[in-house]
Amino acid sequence: MWRDAMLVAERDLRIEMRSKVALWQVVPFAILVLLLFAFALGPGPALLKESAPGLFWLALLFSSVLAAQRSLAIEGSDATRESTRLMGLDPAGIFLGKTLALTGELIALEIVLMAGVILLFHVVVGTWWLLVASLLVAALGLSAVSVLYGSLAGGARMRATLLPVLVLPILAPVLIAGARCFASAMANGPGLGGRWLSVLCVFAAVYLVLGIVLYGPMEES
Amino acid sequence: MASAIQLRSAVSVAGRFPVLAGVDLDLDAGRVCVVLGSNGAGKTSLLKLLAGLAPLSEGSASILGYALPSDARPLRRQVGLLGHDVGLYDELQPEENLRFALRAARVDPARAPGALERTGITGRLASTPLGSLSAGQRRRVGLALLVARRPRLWLLDEPHASLDAETRSLVGELVEEAAAGGAAVVATSHEPELAVPMADHVATMAGGVVVDLVTGGRPRIDGVPDVA
Amino acid sequence: MRHTLDKLLGPVSVALVAITVWLGLFVTPPDAQQGDLVRLVYIHPALAWVALYVAFGMAAVCSLLYLWPRTRSMVFDRLAASAVEVGVVFTVLTLITGSIWGRPTWGVWWTWDARLTSTALLGVLFIGYLALRRVPAEPHIRARRCAVAALFAAVDVPIVHFSVVWWQTLHQGATVLNPNLTPTIHGLMAWTLLLSFVAFTLVFVWMVIARYRLETLREEGEDVELAEALVARRSEGVS
Repeated sequence: MWRDAMLVAERDLRIEMRSKVALWQVVPFAILVLLLFAFALGPGPALLKESAPGLFWLALLFSSVLAAQRSLAIEGSDATRESTRLMGLDPAGIFLGKTLALTGELIALEIVLMAGVILLFHVVVGTWWLLVASLLVAALGLSAVSVLYGSLAGGARMRATLLPVLVLPILAPVLIAGARCFASAMANGPGLGGRWLSVLCVFAAVYLVLGIVLYGPMEES
Repeated sequence: MASAIQLRSAVSVAGRFPVLAGVDLDLDAGRVCVVLGSNGAGKTSLLKLLAGLAPLSEGSASILGYALPSDARPLRRQVGLLGHDVGLYDELQPEENLRFALRAARVDPARAPGALERTGITGRLASTPLGSLSAGQRRRVGLALLVARRPRLWLLDEPHASLDAETRSLVGELVEEAAAGGAAVVATSHEPELAVPMADHVATMAGGVVVDLVTGGRPRIDGVPDVA
Repeated sequence: MRHTLDKLLGPVSVALVAITVWLGLFVTPPDAQQGDLVRLVYIHPALAWVALYVAFGMAAVCSLLYLWPRTRSMVFDRLAASAVEVGVVFTVLTLITGSIWGRPTWGVWWTWDARLTSTALLGVLFIGYLALRRVPAEPHIRARRCAVAALFAAVDVPIVHFSVVWWQTLHQGATVLNPNLTPTIHGLMAWTLLLSFVAFTLVFVWMVIARYRLETLREEGEDVELAEALVARRSEGVS
């Protein structure tokens, strides 16, 4: 399983590096969302700074739906997906590989967004470890769900509009927990941050396990 | 001769439509079967069934010793399918594509360069992303994958379609080499003049069933007539 | 036997609801604090119970049963889908009654009360399931897809619940906006409350069975079409 996962992750990342869609489409979208939030909430710095945690995570969530669709698109046309099935890869390995590759992309996205939020909204981070931990774990959970739902809605012709409707409600806890973690990290002490971090951990663990177990049966026809 | 394919009244349903409505087919290892028929007759669906990709709704199917539908997964590793769309990744170069597919199939990726050379994908072509190659060149890469993988069953969907003369004769050569190596080959075609000469059997399909089965034009080496 | 049960279920459940309403509106006493508004306690919690636990639980269990190879059967797929459809109805009713209940007390039509928020999210999850179901696909593929989606949603619900509750407790200070709506229940009120739960659960069961029957008939109809298509397909070959 791990062997196949590494193989698939390498493939996904290599394809992404060649096509650079994440670089040219997803990242600009994320920055754009931040700018639009600033327009929507007014230039007052106090409000923006206070809303920064929520805005960051909202921007991340929307962008990760895009990234998820991208991850699915890497699978290629119907014919390519068919030939991948013929290759005999372990489905759990495929799931893990795609999730790992997407996690890497999301972490890169988070870094860009974090830089944007610090610059644009004058955010000051007190407890860095909490923030970094929450970003890493959340990226894992987001990726697992995105890959799972991408496969679920995959092949369905209405994929582009269906995916957000399916995925975003599931990701609501990540939004809540992530934003609270960020807010705690901005405060002087971690406060309740640990509790929210545990929510993120549980979320990621649950969907990773679900994916490993169910991805195979899901892809079968 | 070991039996590679044995289908009895095979029915395959896609959506609510019976694409295969009761197919009977036999093929031994090392033999080539060409399937003719108009569009919509079920040729491509037959290939998908043989690959273990399409579900078997009724009837029985034994392919390379694997019974459908239970053993579809292990069957897939033994089968090579080449369709109109080559089914590889446009962003990667031919050798990268082959290496990925070979490693996925647990086959030594070192076979890739040799296979690419056999099918004429060398030099500049070898380092161009697949998406930028012409249709004929992409088909050659697909063939290279089959050559490298050496599956026990080759399934070719209209392998001669929109290819130049040189590539067409390459297809014929590779099919002959595969059959000589003990693989069974099933190819669909719209062009009997090209396909029949390389076939041991020629099946004609219509309405999701095989309506005719005759001997093809492939030269017999052992001189033993087949029972169709 | 089955027919008698069917014929009884509808009228019985409706009758029970009617009795509940009668008791709730006329017989039971008004609450000291909330006055007549408390009568919604005979509807709202029961609706919420059905939506959150019965409907969702049933959809999750049926989906699990469908996915488990030994118990795989289209029956469970149809049951799950019916449960979700009826569950959406109950969810919407829960939200509406919750909103009505809150309005006089809180002064607003909506508040981010933990339970209301969770229920709203559940509603969206349900609707997502139905959206997925509408995507045209082979029945077995669709069944598997929806079952998996239901399972993902089911697993998410407890996580959502805790997140939302903790999220809400951050603002527990504002008790004006978030009072405890549950009044003290005793005697006749308790019996009526119990009756309401039973009544609405029966209504749910009745509706699910009806929906399930409808779905079964529809799929049988499609099977007939398939047999006909098979014959037509074969005749294509005859020239």
